Amino acid sequence: MSALPNKKDKFVVVGSQADHAEKINKPSLSFWKEAWLHFKKNKLAMFGALLLIVLITMAAIGPHIVKYDYATNDLMNSNQPPSKEHWFGTDDLGRDVFARTWEGARISLFIGIAAALIDLAIGIIWGGIAGYKGGRVDEIMMRIADILYGIPNLLMIIILMVVLGQGLGTMILAMTITGWIGMARIVRGQVLQLKTQEFVLASRTLGADSRRILFKHLIPNSMGPILVTLTLTIPTAIFTEAFLSFLGLGLNPPLASWGTMASDGLPALEYFPWRLFFPATFICLTIFAFNVIGDGLRDALDPRLRK
Amino acid sequence: MEKLLEVKNLEVGFQTYGGYVQAVRGVSFDVNRGETLAIVGESGSGKSVTTQAIMKLIPMPPGEIRNGQILLDGEDLVPKTSKQMEKILGQDVSMIFQDPMTSLNPTMRVGAQITEVILKHNNVSKETANKKAIELLELVGIPRAEERVRQYPHQFSGGMRQRVMIAIALAANPKLLIADEPTTALDVTIQAQILELMKSIKKEVGSSIIFITHDLGVVANVADRVAVMYAGQIVEIGTVDEIFYDPRHPYTWGLMASMPSLETVDEGQLEAIPGTPPDLTNPPKGDAFAPRNPYALQIDYEEEPPMFQVSPTHFAKTWLLHPEAPRIDPPEAVLKNRRKLAGTFEKPVMVMEV
Amino acid sequence: MKEKLIEVKGLKQYFNIGSPNEVRAVDDVSFDIYKGETLGLVGESGCGKSTTGRTIIRLYDATDGEVLFKGEDVHGKKSKKALKEFNRKMQMIFQDPYASLNPRMKVADIIAEGIDIHGLAKSKKERMEKVYKLLETVGLNREHANRYPHEFSGGQRQRLGIARALAVEPDFIIADEPISALDVSIQAQVVNLMQQLQKEKGLTYLFIAHDLSMVKYISDRIGVMYFGKLVELAPSSVLYQKPLHPYTQSLLSAIPLPDPDYERNRVRKTYDPAVHNYAAGEEVKMREVAPGHWVYCSEKEFQQHKATY
Ligand SMILES: Nc1ncnc2c1ncn2[C@@H]1O[C@H](COP(=O)(O)OP(=O)(O)OP(=O)(O)O)[C@@H](O)[C@H]1O
Ligand SMILES: Nc1ncnc2c1ncn2[C@@H]1O[C@H](COP(=O)(O)OP(=O)(O)OP(=O)(O)O)[C@@H](O)[C@H]1O
Ligand SMILES: [Mg+2]
Ligand SMILES: [Mg+2]
Repeated sequence: MSALPNKKDKFVVVGSQADHAEKINKPSLSFWKEAWLHFKKNKLAMFGALLLIVLITMAAIGPHIVKYDYATNDLMNSNQPPSKEHWFGTDDLGRDVFARTWEGARISLFIGIAAALIDLAIGIIWGGIAGYKGGRVDEIMMRIADILYGIPNLLMIIILMVVLGQGLGTMILAMTITGWIGMARIVRGQVLQLKTQEFVLASRTLGADSRRILFKHLIPNSMGPILVTLTLTIPTAIFTEAFLSFLGLGLNPPLASWGTMASDGLPALEYFPWRLFFPATFICLTIFAFNVIGDGLRDALDPRLRK
Repeated sequence: MEKLLEVKNLEVGFQTYGGYVQAVRGVSFDVNRGETLAIVGESGSGKSVTTQAIMKLIPMPPGEIRNGQILLDGEDLVPKTSKQMEKILGQDVSMIFQDPMTSLNPTMRVGAQITEVILKHNNVSKETANKKAIELLELVGIPRAEERVRQYPHQFSGGMRQRVMIAIALAANPKLLIADEPTTALDVTIQAQILELMKSIKKEVGSSIIFITHDLGVVANVADRVAVMYAGQIVEIGTVDEIFYDPRHPYTWGLMASMPSLETVDEGQLEAIPGTPPDLTNPPKGDAFAPRNPYALQIDYEEEPPMFQVSPTHFAKTWLLHPEAPRIDPPEAVLKNRRKLAGTFEKPVMVMEV
Repeated sequence: MKEKLIEVKGLKQYFNIGSPNEVRAVDDVSFDIYKGETLGLVGESGCGKSTTGRTIIRLYDATDGEVLFKGEDVHGKKSKKALKEFNRKMQMIFQDPYASLNPRMKVADIIAEGIDIHGLAKSKKERMEKVYKLLETVGLNREHANRYPHEFSGGQRQRLGIARALAVEPDFIIADEPISALDVSIQAQVVNLMQQLQKEKGLTYLFIAHDLSMVKYISDRIGVMYFGKLVELAPSSVLYQKPLHPYTQSLLSAIPLPDPDYERNRVRKTYDPAVHNYAAGEEVKMREVAPGHWVYCSEKEFQQHKATY
């Protein structure tokens, strides 16, 4: 009972501080900042991101830090094992595998990213319109997608190769001709779900047109799943490229991609294993990096998993 | 009256990305046998967390029971393991949730969901359990119960599903039934039926009920006693008459005054409580309600008020009851209903604990 | 005679027409809303309150019937420009303070959406000035403009929704359960704000709710809906003192009031549609029992009501 404060002047009415009560003390956190905080906590995903940064940096500078060019033959030094001179060894034509690996990284990453971005663009537009318009439009658009999806992938690629000839462009086209369908389905699902939300209705009552609703409201709110799909499309494309090159449907020499390098290296596996080892390892590392990043993004961007 | 549940100085917190949330900050109260205690307070004031702590349903991590005791029939639940709690949940304490749509298993027949609980806690045959399930459905007012037990939840309306939830909660004759906003999702007409049902159950089964709501009309209807929570603390507790006819805490005044009443044809404005509730990661110094309180004293901004007792059953946590404090009359809307109640002390007494 | 702002005539909104699960969400509803008044709309969940509001504002295309705004048919309007202009005059406040604000947009952009769509600001600066002013109008301040919706409490979010609607300076606002998701203490803030704005700007409201005591407080007249039909329409105090339709009576008797003595003695009525016992071919429609007091009834019931009024 001794806690009774005995100061009379403390017992005067001073009233509320209502304007204070409206104040928000927490620092402003956008969705992306908050997602980043979550992503950062995911050790594996951060490792993947780091790995990816290293791979991209090496793709940018790798070919320049050795004095050998990726395409120059040096038959005197063919099939050298890794050494001080040739860090990853040389191939059957004496080309430096280190230089070729990073040159290949450029092409593999380029194919992966280009394919993913094209998927993204087509997928967003197709899925966005189908989902937003709904009804018959949706039915027809999605039926077309289903039909395309039904054609065997490899068949389509071989036909394209025959018609257009082998090359980088054909390769990317081959991958995206059906690749966007997955993205379109994701976007459509998101849009269908979002378009009845009250904030979209509010925008409609304000007189917003379809374009505004799609690009200001529906797509930004689908960005989470879109981004996850995107990060998971890149490794698929890289793998597909490698696989096609392996089958001999890939790029023409002297262009190097990890796929062509691995394909060249395979027959020599017994005697010169480094020729397969390096490109194969980097394919695996890249696919691994993108996959863990994708998983990390999924966790960080899904509000349900976050709360 | 005999105490069934005693909660003493309960503190619960959550570790979140935004910081440590002090969701419940030293809550103490009792529940007597066969009575209904209503807990009111605004969203985020810690009503659900308090009751989840009693059921040990706080997700740990991120949550933790930092301090305090929860005595059920004199036995402390806080140190119990989840294995030990399994015996108690359903058997001694059971819970009804707000959303009748998501708290039933959509792929299981309604009858099976009830018998599951009966079989778990009682050593009876399947047939007896089935019979009991039908009895329970009849008890909660579902017609043609023998047919209904074989149906799935989607064949029931929202109000009926909530009745089924109540039947499940009653399946093991719990001593304590915790209802977390059981009628908020329902229409007034169905709400009225559920409230009547809960009252008749209290009479027939003799369970104690903790009823969480933020609807004061519902409180007036079901409660024997009322606890008012604000920012993780109980700021006032008393019998239902004491809270409605002689409230002492300025937050309770604010709540009463912000409701329009049906009979008065009011022309003036409603008395809104200004501002928003405090952020519990960083509760303000002193009285947490002070910044929104038009009657706040200087000391409210400096020191947390103690509990004052105004009758054998009525407590309020506000400096306004201190002998040094100026005499302040509640707002008109409260004054209008104020009554002199038997048993009120001449002068409030400062107490350390409830 | 008061000026009619909105006239709803025989409005019908059916969903899934022709399929076995056809829903007659709004089934031949007619009423007027006078300029400057608040018309309350109550009824139980699923009776078609939201659908009525959404059809009036053209979020849905009406199955049948018409809605006149200042004498012009809203649903007949075809040109984009006329539609846009109409959108400015009629606005909506939504129920869910969490779902009604785009989580990826900053408060300033949310509030300014109408300003952007209708080109109501000539410069960036003017746009921001308008946003600040709107924030102040709803009791928030300019620092809030750069924040995201999730940083606000339910009541604050609801006020942001009001600011967004006010940005285009509408005459008529449909408020679809604007306070149902809020705490009692916060509800009063929003209701007070709406009333103050009505006074200052001469707004007209259609206020949809299922909290009957708040509806009575805010509305001048109240309509009661039951399964897609309007069953009673009367000035609010009349409706509470002399409810005529048995459904209205049951609804009113079910509201719990914050008064323990009243609650202890409450007698609840239940509504059974069978009591009407309408004969086949009997015409059941809205009839005016007393001036301004409409009830959905048959000729026989009408005479009874009149006799006992
Ligand atoms: N799992 C959790 N993780 C982090 N914080 C939590 C968790 N559960 C509750 N909280 C926090 O604890 C505080 C009290 O929440 P509680 O759910 O008890 O409120 P309430 O009074 O039941 O409100 P309502 O009326 O909205 O149900 C809130 O600030 C809430 O954010
Ligand atoms: N887009 C829709 N498609 C099909 N049926 C719908 C649609 N929108 C509403 N309904 C149905 O129409 C009826 C009326 O719904 P509405 O949302 O208008 O009710 P309400 O009175 O607003 O109810 P609440 O109080 O729950 O908001 C319901 O049976 C509902 O299921
Ligand atoms: Mg709760
Ligand atoms: Mg509705």
